Amino acid sequence: MTLKEIAEILNAALITDSEYPDINIQNACSADMMSAVLYYHTPNSLLITGLTQPHVIRTAEIAGIKTIVFVLNKKPDDSTIELARQKNIPLLSTPCCMYTASGRLYQAGLPGCLNK
Amino acid sequence: MALNISGAIEGSFQLIGGNFATAGEASTQLKLKLTNLGVHEDIIRRAAIATFEAEMNVIIYAAAGRLHYYITQQSIKIRVEDMGPGIEDISLAMQEGYSTAPEWVREMGWGAGMGLPNMKKNSDKFSIDSVVGEGTTVEMVINFS
Amino acid sequence: MKLSELVEKLALDVKTFKDGLQIEIKGAYVSDLLSDVMANAGKCDIWITLQTHLNIVAVASMKGLAGIIIVGNRPVQEEVLKKAEEEKIAILTTPKPAFEVAGKIYQMLK
Repeated sequence: MTLKEIAEILNAALITDSEYPDINIQNACSADMMSAVLYYHTPNSLLITGLTQPHVIRTAEIAGIKTIVFVLNKKPDDSTIELARQKNIPLLSTPCCMYTASGRLYQAGLPGCLNK
Repeated sequence: MALNISGAIEGSFQLIGGNFATAGEASTQLKLKLTNLGVHEDIIRRAAIATFEAEMNVIIYAAAGRLHYYITQQSIKIRVEDMGPGIEDISLAMQEGYSTAPEWVREMGWGAGMGLPNMKKNSDKFSIDSVVGEGTTVEMVINFS
Repeated sequence: MKLSELVEKLALDVKTFKDGLQIEIKGAYVSDLLSDVMANAGKCDIWITLQTHLNIVAVASMKGLAGIIIVGNRPVQEEVLKKAEEEKIAILTTPKPAFEVAGKIYQMLK
């Protein structure tokens, strides 16, 4: 699933770039617990989360997460956005809650990260 | 797999407790170093996750700490020492889901009781030593093949 | 939809309050942050989370949630289960991740 498709499904706004980077997302993980992101991740994943601090970007980088969607219209501060740009991790913000965001993407055919 | 390592490469990072703004920077730099050395990406990911969890533990629980790495042709060894409260019952702390993290830490997405299990899971050799009131030392070895 | 139907369709493991499965689920909420659930979850929502801290029981009780689904094969401490039984909160567990559990419930509740 492309970033543009994901953004359309979630009515999400792209925070980090002006155009959609060409990224193919293969699965998604919904979590606020960062250790879980590190534990359950699979490559080419999308992270759906309610946390917006810089350590979320670093967790994503370590786990190999390709894109982050912030729920409930949450917007990270400038330092987080700058870090995400440096790490090449596009950020999206959706008005959906984590349940609706997960539901819509699952409905559209995106699978969850495999439990390892 | 040929790695660009002759002899051993070692170094260390200073970690400051409570500093969430730069938390993860040491692990990120170490990840970059391993990438430049040509280590396989699956091994890098394991080393990065184990290091990151150890680094976060220092940020969350301790006043300060030091992350030391030692890379050879065969493996990377990571030692993280902190000046923290220490762990009273290590076997309990190793149990998945057990955590003594305060609420503000959980509200930041940490303290799920997965940190130490995650470190162990991603290393080939894992040891932990702790003295209550003095600090904790974690040692992890990840083999390259 | 009744909680019992959800238990059956998702093959959830019922850990506590087996008598409470007849409750009608109004919606669902996914979060690992207690403050978020306190602020945003609705009455009779089923709560999907990785969080296993003891306080999840109090949060579910205060918010009048239909129950808690703990995902990702997370072990739940005995004291949490004991507290949930006392407070009449159903705790259900599954090896599936939150995204998938949310996705499946979303399709069922539509």
